Amino acid sequence: MTSPTWNNPVVKWIEYRLPVFSFTQDHLIDYPTPKNLNYWWNFGSLAGITLTIMIVTGIVLAMHYTPHVDYAFESVERIMRDVNYGWLIRYVHMNGGSMFFAVVYIHIFRGLYYGSYKAPREMLWIIGIIILLTMMATAFLGYVLPWGQMSFWAATVITNMFSAFPLIGEPIVTWLWGGFSVDNPTLNRFFSLHYLLPFVIFALVFLHLWALHVHHSNNPLGIDTKGPQDTIPFHPYYTIKDLFGLGVFMLVFLGFVFFAPNFFVEPDNYIKANPMQTPTHIVPEWYLTPFYAILRAITFDIWFIPAKLIGVIAMFGSVLILVLVPWLDTSKVRSARYRPIYKQVYWFFLIDCIVLGWVGFNSPDAMFMGAVSFLRIGQVATAYYFLHLLVVLPVLGKLERPRSPPESISAAVTKDSDTVTEAA
Amino acid sequence: MGKFVLGAVLALTLGAGTAFAEVPKPAAQAWSFNGVFGTFDRAALRRGLQVYTEVCAACHSLSLVYYRHLQSVGFSEEEIKTLAREFEVEDGPNDDGEMFTRPAKPTDPFASPFPNAQAARAANAGALPPDLSVMTKARKGGEDYLHAVLVGYRDEVPAGVEVMEGLFFNEYFSGQQIAMPPPLADGAVEYADGTKATVQQMSMDVVTFLAWAAEPTLEDRKRLGIKTLLFLLVLTAMLYALKRKIWSDVH
Amino acid sequence: MTDAPTVAAGAPHEGETRRDFLLIATSAVGAVGTALAIWPLIHQMNPAADVLALSSTEVDLSPIEVGQSITVVWRGKPVFIRRRTAKEIARAKADDASDLPDPQPDSERVQKPEWLILVGVCTHLGCIPLGQRATEPRGDFGGWFCPCHGSHYDTSGRIRKGPAPENLAVPKYVFVTDTKIKIG
Repeated sequence: MTSPTWNNPVVKWIEYRLPVFSFTQDHLIDYPTPKNLNYWWNFGSLAGITLTIMIVTGIVLAMHYTPHVDYAFESVERIMRDVNYGWLIRYVHMNGGSMFFAVVYIHIFRGLYYGSYKAPREMLWIIGIIILLTMMATAFLGYVLPWGQMSFWAATVITNMFSAFPLIGEPIVTWLWGGFSVDNPTLNRFFSLHYLLPFVIFALVFLHLWALHVHHSNNPLGIDTKGPQDTIPFHPYYTIKDLFGLGVFMLVFLGFVFFAPNFFVEPDNYIKANPMQTPTHIVPEWYLTPFYAILRAITFDIWFIPAKLIGVIAMFGSVLILVLVPWLDTSKVRSARYRPIYKQVYWFFLIDCIVLGWVGFNSPDAMFMGAVSFLRIGQVATAYYFLHLLVVLPVLGKLERPRSPPESISAAVTKDSDTVTEAA
Repeated sequence: MGKFVLGAVLALTLGAGTAFAEVPKPAAQAWSFNGVFGTFDRAALRRGLQVYTEVCAACHSLSLVYYRHLQSVGFSEEEIKTLAREFEVEDGPNDDGEMFTRPAKPTDPFASPFPNAQAARAANAGALPPDLSVMTKARKGGEDYLHAVLVGYRDEVPAGVEVMEGLFFNEYFSGQQIAMPPPLADGAVEYADGTKATVQQMSMDVVTFLAWAAEPTLEDRKRLGIKTLLFLLVLTAMLYALKRKIWSDVH
Repeated sequence: MTDAPTVAAGAPHEGETRRDFLLIATSAVGAVGTALAIWPLIHQMNPAADVLALSSTEVDLSPIEVGQSITVVWRGKPVFIRRRTAKEIARAKADDASDLPDPQPDSERVQKPEWLILVGVCTHLGCIPLGQRATEPRGDFGGWFCPCHGSHYDTSGRIRKGPAPENLAVPKYVFVTDTKIKIG
C-alpha cells in the first residue's frame, strides 16, 4: 500500500519532519486487514475504547475525590449527590470496570479459539497477558478507593496474601500498608497507583498494537494472508464495523449504568469501612472470582509448603501460566475450526472458568444442591484448569489429526461463502 | 498480625454458610420508584420524612443527606427552612473559641441524634444504630428487605429459638435477633394528609423516603437513561445500515 | 465476489448516493451524540450543588463599633464591612466631585451611609488590600492600600491612585433587619 502524496503545504511540512499523516494512512486507513474477520474481532477495539472511557471518567472523578480515610466515603457520596452529573460519571466508571473485563475476557477467549497466540504472534499474546495483570491490579486498587466495607476488607485480604511467602512476607505486607494495618497511608498510595497504572496499560496497549501491526491480524481460518486478494483496507470496512459494534456495546453498558447501576456491586460496599468488623461474606468483584476460587481451592499442605502459600502461588500461577500457552499448545494448526477435538475441550475449558467464577462467589462450605460443597467443586475445577493448560494442550497438539485448512482466505470465501462470512 | 487477619477473614468466610438460621426471602413490594419509568411518590416521601424525623431520627443519623436536597422532590425553600430550624446543630468555634449550638440551616446535613459513635452505643446498650443515608443500597434485598424488617417483628417466637437478653425476634433480620426495639406501632405518627398510620403504611412510606435519601438522582438517571438509550438505538441502527451498505461489495 | 474490492471511494455505482446520504446522516447523529456525551464531563467542573448552596451568607452587624472594620468570608473571598465614622462619610461624599478614575458617587455604593460593604479583592490582580486593622496602612485616601502594586482606595472603596482599573466591587446584599445583612 503506497501512501498518497500530500499536497497541503502545512501537511507536507509536518509530514517531512514527523510522518504522522502517512502513519495514520498506513495503520488506520489503508492497513490491510483479513476480509473474513467475524464479530468476535470487535472486542479488541472495544477494549481500547473502554480503556479510554475509564481514563477520562477517572480523571474527572479524581477532581472530586478525597483520598483520606475520614472523607473518602463521604466524597464519593458527594459526587453522587452534589457534583453536576457526578452520579453519571461515577456509575459509568464503576460499571466500566466490569465492562472492561467482560470485553477483555471475550477478547482472550477469541484468541484461544482461533489460535491467535501462535507464531509469529507470541509477543502480541504475552503483552496481552501483561495488560490483563495490570488491569487486575488497577481494578483492585480502584475498588479500595470508595472506602466501603468491601474496599477495606479486599485491601486487607489481598495484601495479606503476600504474608504467605516465608521470611520476606511480613515485611512486604508492612511495606505495602505503610503501617501495621490497612489505613490512611495505604489509601493514599493506592489512589496514586490507581491513577498511574491506566497510563501504563495505555503504553502496553500501544506495544500490543505495534506487535499486532507487524504480522497483522489472525483470522477465523487461522491461515496467513497470501496477498491483496485476502485483505481489505481497515477504513472504511472495519471502522464502520467497529463503530456498529461500539453502538451495541454502549447499549448494554449504558443499560446497566442507567437502569441497574448497582448490579455488580456488593451492598456491603455502601457501608463505610470499619476496621473492627469484617462483613460476614466477602467476595471480590465477579471478574476476579475465578482466581479467588483457585486461591481457596488449596486447603492442603504439600510436603513442607503450607496450603496458604500454595494457594497464593496457584492463584498468581493461573494467570502467569497463560504466558506459556503459545508453547504449551503444540498444534501446528491455529484455528479450532480445523481441530475437531480441541474444539470440544475449548468449550470445556471455558465452562471450567465460568464454574471457577461461580464457585468464587459462594462460600466454600456451602453445599451445591445439598450434595457437594463448593470447595470440592472449586478443587476439581482448579485441577482441570491447570490440567487443560499443562497436559491437554501439549498432548492434544501431538495426538490430534487436524482437518486441513483452506489454501487461502479468498479461496475459502469462493468455496463456501456461507460459513466464512462475518455473521458469526 | 497479617496471618491472624487472613485467618480471621477466611474463618468468617468459611463460617458464613452455617452461622445463621434460614431467613425467609423478603417479598417484593410495588414501590413507586420501581421500573424504567418509576418515580418517587411525592406524598409517600413527605409521610416518610415525617416518620423518619418523628421515629427513626431518635437513634439513626442521615448524615450524607442535606436539608437542601429536599428541594429536588418538591419541598419549598420556606418548608425546608422551617424543617431545619427544628434541629440544633453544633457550630463554631466562635470568637471566644467556644463551640456553640444554633438552629440548623438548609445547608446543613440532617442533624444527628448523637455526637459520635461512642455516644450512640452508650445510649443503646452497646448497639450502634447505623447511619441511614445509603441504607437501601447497603443491604441485600434493598427496599424490600428494609420493609420486611420493619414489619417483621413477631411476638410469638418459634419453638427452639431462644431470644437473647435485650434483643428482639425479627423474622427477616439476619440471625433473626435484632437490637432495635420494634420502631413502629399503629398510630405512632399522625399524618398531616390524613392517611391512616398503620405499621404497614409507615414502613412503606419511610422506606420510600430512605430510597430517595440513598439515591436522590434516581429520577434524573432514569429520565436521561430513556433518552440516551433511544438515541443510541437509532444511531446503532443507522451504523448497521451503513455497515451493510459499505460491506455490500465485499461479499 | 473474488477479486479484492478497491478502496471505499471506488468507481461510482448504483447505491452510491444512498450510501453518501446514509454516511452524512449517521455522521451527523454520531457527532451530536458525542457532543452530548462530552457535556457532563465539562459541566462537572462547574460549582456543585453544595457550593452553590453556600453562595449567600448572613452577617450580624451589631457587635461592630463605629470606625471598626470586620472581614467575613463569602464565596471563598474576603468581604470588608466597615462601620464608617461621620468624618469618613463626609470625606467620601466630598470626594464625589474629585477626578475619579472610575467615577461613582458614594451614595450609589452604600445602602446606609454608615455601612460600607465591599468585596476585599483588588481590581488590579486580585490581592487583598490592607487597611482593615487600625495598624495597617490605609493609603493616601484613608481607605485601603494594596501592597502588591500600590493601589490606593478611598473611604468609599473607590480607586484613586495606582494600577487598579476599577473601584472595589460592592457585593449584592440586603438588610434582613437593621443589624443583619445577607450577602449574595
